[in-house]
Amino acid sequence: MALLQISEPGMSAAPHEHRLAVGIDLGTTNSLVATVRNGISVVLNDEQGRALLPSVVRYLADGSVQAGEAAQAMQSEDPTNTIVSAKRFMGRGLSDIGNASGLHYHFVDAPGMVQLRTVAGVKSPVEVSAEILRVLRARAEEALGGGLVGAVITVPAYFDDAQRQATKDAAKLAGLNVLRLLNEPTAAAIAYGLDNAAEGVYAVYDLGGGTFDISILKLSRGVFEVLATNGNSALGGDDFDHRIYCWLLEKNNLSALGAADTRLLLTRARAAKEELTEHDETRVTAILRSGETIDTVLARQDFHDMSQNLVEHTLQPVRRALRDAGLAVTDIKGVVMVGGATRMPQVQRAVAEFFRQTPLTNLDPDKVVALGAAIQANVLAGNRSADDWLLLDVIPLSLGIETMGGLTEKIIPRNSTIPTARAQEFTTFKDGQTAMSVHVVQGERELVADCRSLARFELRGIPPMVAGAARIRITFQVDADGLLDVSARETGSGVEAHITVKPSYGLSDTEITRMLQDSNQHAQDDMQARALREQQVEAEQLLEAVQNALAQDAALLNKDEEAHILACMDGLRAVLQTADHHAIKRSVTQLNDATVTFAQARMDKSVSRVLGGRKLTDLET
Amino acid sequence: MAITLTESAARHVQNFLAKRGKGVGLRVGVRTSGCSGMSYKLEFADEVGDDDIQFTSDGVTVLIDPKSLAYVDGMVLDYTREGLNEGFKFKNPNVKNECGCGESFSV
Repeated sequence: MALLQISEPGMSAAPHEHRLAVGIDLGTTNSLVATVRNGISVVLNDEQGRALLPSVVRYLADGSVQAGEAAQAMQSEDPTNTIVSAKRFMGRGLSDIGNASGLHYHFVDAPGMVQLRTVAGVKSPVEVSAEILRVLRARAEEALGGGLVGAVITVPAYFDDAQRQATKDAAKLAGLNVLRLLNEPTAAAIAYGLDNAAEGVYAVYDLGGGTFDISILKLSRGVFEVLATNGNSALGGDDFDHRIYCWLLEKNNLSALGAADTRLLLTRARAAKEELTEHDETRVTAILRSGETIDTVLARQDFHDMSQNLVEHTLQPVRRALRDAGLAVTDIKGVVMVGGATRMPQVQRAVAEFFRQTPLTNLDPDKVVALGAAIQANVLAGNRSADDWLLLDVIPLSLGIETMGGLTEKIIPRNSTIPTARAQEFTTFKDGQTAMSVHVVQGERELVADCRSLARFELRGIPPMVAGAARIRITFQVDADGLLDVSARETGSGVEAHITVKPSYGLSDTEITRMLQDSNQHAQDDMQARALREQQVEAEQLLEAVQNALAQDAALLNKDEEAHILACMDGLRAVLQTADHHAIKRSVTQLNDATVTFAQARMDKSVSRVLGGRKLTDLET
Repeated sequence: MAITLTESAARHVQNFLAKRGKGVGLRVGVRTSGCSGMSYKLEFADEVGDDDIQFTSDGVTVLIDPKSLAYVDGMVLDYTREGLNEGFKFKNPNVKNECGCGESFSV
């Protein structure tokens, strides 16, 4: 008979109606799957009892695919067909991938997302990730004895729309129903049960194999908000291995080693690092291809000294994240440690010293994200009723549209919690304008040219009206997975257009950081640029209005008046293209002054036309 | 009349209860649903109901309502591992027929 699990009171599933759901940590280096069984979140192991599945996929000439350990073993033998760290390419264009030439893949620059040429054909990072998810799905279905209703998959908090969409696509390809994408730090906080803890601000320090992320989360009324994220996408546990490796070379007077020896020493270096977590010293032994033997003792203190600045490097993003969130160290109520590299005592000590408190380390840092995702999946699949909770995440960079003059109008500001929807009204710029181009941008700068373009679409069929009379409501909607939907609607006629933003490709985290830094550094320039552009737009509008008025009613003016207005217009046109917004402002004022009597004359004319042939008494009734 | 747990089942239940952090014991029951007429219910118990019948087996408190007990009297609850899957298994002497998957039964 089937094996049963203990349910929460009143939540027993009917036969054949088990709502099996899993949480998946789709990592850069390793991936895991977890589920809630008998009320406890557990990681599901493979037949050999291994929890971690290396995020490595190998394509073979016969069309078959290997994923996990088997693929990892072939990494150095078949580097071009063995894809590691596909997560770094998800939703990215070739230009987003730093030092692509340093990687031994055959990249194909495809529109939207980079692709990889393998012996089995061109593969996208989405397909590669799907292979990893397929293995985890099969493992889960076997372990749970049935099909899954869905999965919660974790993504870094800084993942943009394109990267999130790519992750969802990979899940779909692997036959998984995505219940929700969840930010990794939020998942870690849930695993520690912080959602049931006292309200407050928590820091999640995630030092993985090759990446470092720090997130500041705020818990209030059972809701998690990501206040700030920061990190370094090229700093992780591997760098600590490399320090030991370099030390071994130096200590043994070794120079350029072959690939096999390098791999051997890196493996030994990693083992030494792990050994030093428990012991005060460790012995490193190896026999090189040349027959030379290495037998060196490494003391914990020496390792700490040589890796001191790596630890220090992680604290810089921590400071930036705190500054971004506008918080001091003393505001942090708890610190969660994630990632295998946080087992190192010197890392734990540095974090404890920085935050002036002992970080949470009692859950396995490799598994904590998957465990939290499983808890969330269990709730979303409907296996828990009483203490349902809602999770909120934030938008990493402001979303807005381009307005006249290439200016950015922010509609959803940075760090807004999602899901969210905001609307703003815009209008037409020219008389009789029947279409409007909506350009969706992401970034903090004032000028569109300095922001990232996400999408463009057109609203057509606006009834012809004078400039400024149409009312166009632009609505931005971001769903719980962080995907953006923009719609534009002319409220008078009801014409509508909308677009779901699957941006051509995403922003890299370093780019996000750079854009944020730029926006702070260029605040002054941006303000002036904005003032200038606004002044130019106003001037253009005024020139056009006067031009139209002259075309209709020049007869109301005498020669001198007309000449004066024309002179002022020429004066304004002359300064319009200069960068001097004060000069433009002066000329605008002059032209305005010059046209005051003209405007009055036109007003009188149209009033008398409307009132023509009527007596004052008629109007009063 | 009684329901008993094997040593392995008792150890797992105690472990799950400890990790869950609350609960007075294990609630076992039977309800009329499923392709063969009846199915088992296995839940954590947070409180003892007025009508509940209590057993203690290997240190674990087992609660059951009197109506269910008639169908499962003499039953042994075991915890086993089958491949990657693991979980509880009922050995119920009253069962006459089981559906193919064993999730429901008739007496």
